[in-house]
Amino acid sequence: MEIKVIKDIMGANEQIARENRQLFDSNKVFVVNVMASPGAGKTSLILETIRRLKGKVKVGVVEGDISSSLDAEAIGKEGVPVVQINTGGECHLDANMTASALGNLPLGDIELLFIENVGNLVCPAEFNLGEDLRVLVSSTPEGDDKPFKYPLMFHEADAVLVNKIDLLPYLKFDVDAFSKTIKGINQKVKVFPLSCTTGEGVDRWVDWLLGRVRG
Amino acid sequence: MHELSITQSMLDLVLEQAQNAGAKDIGKINLVIGEMTGVVDRSVRFYFDFLSQGTAAEGATLSFKVVPTTARCRKCAKEFELGEFDWTCPHCKGNNIEIVGGKELFVESIEVE
Repeated sequence: MEIKVIKDIMGANEQIARENRQLFDSNKVFVVNVMASPGAGKTSLILETIRRLKGKVKVGVVEGDISSSLDAEAIGKEGVPVVQINTGGECHLDANMTASALGNLPLGDIELLFIENVGNLVCPAEFNLGEDLRVLVSSTPEGDDKPFKYPLMFHEADAVLVNKIDLLPYLKFDVDAFSKTIKGINQKVKVFPLSCTTGEGVDRWVDWLLGRVRG
Repeated sequence: MHELSITQSMLDLVLEQAQNAGAKDIGKINLVIGEMTGVVDRSVRFYFDFLSQGTAAEGATLSFKVVPTTARCRKCAKEFELGEFDWTCPHCKGNNIEIVGGKELFVESIEVE
């Protein structure tokens, strides 16, 4: 006997993501899921953003890593609440792992929550965590062909931050062509070229983010 | 690597469906996977054999229908398969396109006894 099913395999994750979203909404927390390959500069970006938001918005951070708490310690030095999730081998965060971390955060005292996903350009794109914004950090040494190799990630992003533009003189990376490629399949995306090392372009991204948080 | 959690979700889903139908044994699972999801069928099979042990789905055949990444040109409205290193419309050369297929990830049907 054949039974018609037609059910999304990600349904269980989507259900928990909706519950996360309700919890965020009831606490008035705006949530940003930060995704990138390893070494693109997710933690540096979060640190630079936190520094510019001091006194403007109350920030919290969830750090997702396969192992170690190095990133959480770096964030903690900025004096913001942070909780580390070690996935123990899983290559992405899912809604359930995120939910389990939320109990350790003072959500009532957070207006903007960054969730730093595990460094990976494939798997995190599949897993909704209940976020408001999906931000992809793509750094210039990775090459400007990345959208062709990881189309889903670039398709799902609300903003793409092109990090390490201070290295452009040494690389063959065409920022305009890169932006055009992404905008071809993702018309809503905002592209921000910036450098977390020199600070160039970071204010533009932070201003935009602030507008979204307050909007 | 996401195949481990995806396979577990898929298994939970089909076991629930089989139980609802009062079925004791699942013989075949028909899956639809979009190319864009990056889900590798070989990995799903590998995890499935392990995860399904001792369940009604143990030994079930997995069938994969792979959906290519398809786009619709927003200028000329024609649909085409997305090229590997070329995301322009092959008909009008426009580069304002919308993804219309390739993100699928669902269980279409199961065959049970």
